[in-house]
Amino acid sequence: MNIVSDTINYVFLFIALYIEVFFLITYFEFTERESKETSPKSNIGRKLKLPSVSIIVPVWNEETTVLKTIFSILKLNYPKDKLSILIVDDGSTDNTWKVIQKFAKNKQVTLLQKENEGSKFAALNYALNRVNTDLVGCLDADSFVHPEALSRIVAQFENPEIMAVTPSIKIFEPKGFLGLIQKAEYIFGVFLRKVFYYLNALYITPGPFSIFRKSVFEKLGGYKHAHHTEDMEMAMRMQRNGMKIGNVHNAFVYTIAPTNFKTLYKQRLRWVYGFLKNTIDYRDMLFKPQYGNLSMIVLPAAGLSVISTLYFLGAMIMSWINILITKIQEISAIGIQFQSFSFDLFYVNTDIVIFLSLIAFFGTLFIIITSRKLAEEKHKFGWDSILFMMFYTLIAPIWMIKAVYNVLFVKETTWR
Amino acid sequence: MEISWKKYAYTFLITAVIFMTAIYISNYFSQKKINEIKDIESQISIDISASETQFSLLSELPCREISSGLLSKELATLGDKLSYTEANRGSDDSEVLSLKKYYSLLQIKDFLLIQKIKDKCGSSSTNSGLFIMYFYSNKGDCPDCQREGYVLTKLRSDYPELRVYSFDYNLDLSAVQTLISVYNVENKLPAILINDKVYYGFKSVDDIKEILPALKAIDIAKAKATTASSTKATSTKVK
Repeated sequence: MNIVSDTINYVFLFIALYIEVFFLITYFEFTERESKETSPKSNIGRKLKLPSVSIIVPVWNEETTVLKTIFSILKLNYPKDKLSILIVDDGSTDNTWKVIQKFAKNKQVTLLQKENEGSKFAALNYALNRVNTDLVGCLDADSFVHPEALSRIVAQFENPEIMAVTPSIKIFEPKGFLGLIQKAEYIFGVFLRKVFYYLNALYITPGPFSIFRKSVFEKLGGYKHAHHTEDMEMAMRMQRNGMKIGNVHNAFVYTIAPTNFKTLYKQRLRWVYGFLKNTIDYRDMLFKPQYGNLSMIVLPAAGLSVISTLYFLGAMIMSWINILITKIQEISAIGIQFQSFSFDLFYVNTDIVIFLSLIAFFGTLFIIITSRKLAEEKHKFGWDSILFMMFYTLIAPIWMIKAVYNVLFVKETTWR
Repeated sequence: MEISWKKYAYTFLITAVIFMTAIYISNYFSQKKINEIKDIESQISIDISASETQFSLLSELPCREISSGLLSKELATLGDKLSYTEANRGSDDSEVLSLKKYYSLLQIKDFLLIQKIKDKCGSSSTNSGLFIMYFYSNKGDCPDCQREGYVLTKLRSDYPELRVYSFDYNLDLSAVQTLISVYNVENKLPAILINDKVYYGFKSVDDIKEILPALKAIDIAKAKATTASSTKATSTKVK
């Protein structure tokens, strides 16, 4: 009908399909390669000397969850003399400092206290300056680690090129509609992170339990404010300096997800805003072959996903308005009609877009099933995946619109 | 950070193949739909010719038999499918245009056949003579045409006896243009022709019933039939 909007639709669909095909090819290519390589290598690894690790736990008014977080670290299957914990009380105003005194006598734990400066990065740097181990990582006080997470991550550091390793993040005991949608979303992320790792294009080292070589911070400096998304900025800085970031898909970290819409909205607004702002800050890395797949595909794809989500939402709303107008016209002409429904194959929509969407849908379905396998979920498919497919594209634009608005009209988002 | 340009190219190729396949499948189905319309058109054409032939052969055919079985019942279905296709493929589509021309011709032929029956048997003997001729435009210069369309669709489904012939005023077909000049239909659309008189502007269901009292008569007959059957039902209940 409209040539301009049709062309835009097809271009978006083509690029979206291209990206999906590219990710799937990458996944198959590397899983095949991995299945041929891994087995002998991991045996040698066990005999190597284990590196020493520090885990920084920044805490701000988290008296209810911090104990569970610390206990999960203490229970990690890793030699006690190689693992130390630094708890940074970032100027809590509740009982957090009192609660963590429980660990005052534990040799593995160091307690630090500082004034709050309004962003997490300062607390991280505060602790980083006191770290002397080979590896260092961070765990937010709303997250817990799987007992084998650290040993699995450390195994990947046997590759001397790997400078940081990201885990797989899952939702801790997802509850309610939003909890389930986030559960599926995080599991989807497991697949993406794995593919980005294969492409050497990880652009986020997530706050919960990404582990770095200490030398990364010695070479590149500490965390930056980075629009409250210091975990993306760090990864981008590493990528710019040609440092490899790894991923271990079965090193599980469980995080408590926002259960009400307002907190979720604030969190996501911060993420999308931070993503856009950091991408703008690192825009010189876009479409430069020397920065690899990150620059040519992954980062542009992530940016495009924001734009296309908004575009298709707009198109959907427009078509709803059109349907509404025709319905109103019809009612004004002949009143409300209850049409007897008669099915005729002739009226089934056979537009090109329908078939392309079907293909994209099956691709997505395949990714969901694969990522559930990677995330070691019991069932191949679940209610959370269904809710995710049905509602995510309707909910996500809410914070995306606000984030784009804030970027365009220069408004800083707040952490909390 | 090496880039595998080969992989980028392969991905492009695969995506292009997927795209082509989608286009091919979509074209296949839309061609199938066009063929379905063509089939209906040729079916109607056969129906009309058969009726005409029958009519000429048996000029002494009793009127009762003519009215019931001679007229094609598929014109309405064809009209619906054609307007759906037009909405999807656009009014400028050559395939749509030729189907539409043929459809208009068939409507005129059907109309002429009805006139013949009417002349022979008279309009009152049956309801077969009940028809509305409707002229519209979808060039965007007729804001009320959409609404008038709803009214006529409703009338057609409420009164299967009523034949609605719809013509695109701007259709480049001599037969349609002749029809327009025969009845002196001006370019003030929507225009409705009932009993040789042209009415301009939006006409609601009630307006049309006023113009065409035969419809009201059908209403009354129907109401009688339902009350009769319901009283029958209640009376059996009482027993």
